[in-house]
Amino acid sequence: MMKTYENFNELQRDVIREIGNIGAGSAATALSQLLNEKVTISVPSLHIIDVEKIITVLGGPEKIVAGVLVNMTQDIEGMLFYILNNEFVRIIHKQLLGEPIDDYKNITEIGMSALTEIANILSGSYINALSAFTNLDIRLSTPHIAIDMVGALLNYPAARFGEIGDKLLLVEEDFISDEESVTSHMLIMPDIRSLDLILKRLGVE
Amino acid sequence: MEERIVVGISDQKIVRNPDILVSYALGSCVGVCLHDRIVRVAGLAHILLPESKPWDMNEYKYADTAVARLAKDMEKLGCMRYRMTAKISGGANMFYTNGRSVGDKNVEAVKKELARLNIRIVAEDVGGNFGRTLEFDSASGRLIVRSIQRGHIEI
Repeated sequence: MMKTYENFNELQRDVIREIGNIGAGSAATALSQLLNEKVTISVPSLHIIDVEKIITVLGGPEKIVAGVLVNMTQDIEGMLFYILNNEFVRIIHKQLLGEPIDDYKNITEIGMSALTEIANILSGSYINALSAFTNLDIRLSTPHIAIDMVGALLNYPAARFGEIGDKLLLVEEDFISDEESVTSHMLIMPDIRSLDLILKRLGVE
Repeated sequence: MEERIVVGISDQKIVRNPDILVSYALGSCVGVCLHDRIVRVAGLAHILLPESKPWDMNEYKYADTAVARLAKDMEKLGCMRYRMTAKISGGANMFYTNGRSVGDKNVEAVKKELARLNIRIVAEDVGGNFGRTLEFDSASGRLIVRSIQRGHIEI
């Protein structure tokens, strides 16, 4: 039988959740520094679910979001995929560029760069934490960003992992600043061999 | 009153006049819309990948199995192969990634299958870097393609 995300037992899921936790902590710190504001992150919740269900969780297939894709290479092969909703983008835009944005359609080139930079920082801090914990060398590509219907953006991870299963690993967490709380979603998708390696390094077989 | 039937990823649906098939937010996926204008039956396959794998039994997921399956299932409902026409849409490269994208491969594989099955492509709207929602009308065979950038177009 082909090994897929669904086959992970409770202990293995706990470890994956913990990786999410560690990463989230350092991502919050990085975000605080960038925004010059206290940012905390809720304990991430982990879901191993169908692509179709993820789309429902994220507000339906035609919901417009910013999707950021970062590829992992070297010891680990796979991808990180952030889904930043309108709220998140609005707050980041206001904090970093000083002007609010009411609609994705009006986002400027500079706004896109700012989002890319945020994705860089978030993924960098996640992966550094994971790297330090597992002693694995993980390289990240520069982020690719697209703003479109969430269903269409999720075709990318679905196609990449579609041959081995229809379930993906979704980490959901809330970023909480002084004023507001926004929910962010990230898909962590090491390929199955890489995930096995991570678990092994963490002492979970 | 017509019904709107939704076709999910790696799935297919077939409807009769006057129902409408809807498939939301295709990125690199390709929607293959087959129509027989005499019996007014429409079928839509929402294809994720070009080539099937021996370990995966879902034939609706892959271009090389899904198109033939759709045509066959439509024939069971009275459609004739020689009357079928195809409209295809989707196959985008959402993230501007390098090399040949999955979208391109999907489009290519779908065209190859349609040629093999002798089904004529009468309209296509493929590629680009944006998502599309499809609405396929079994009565007329019209295909509406919706996207954020372009709004509605009809092919």
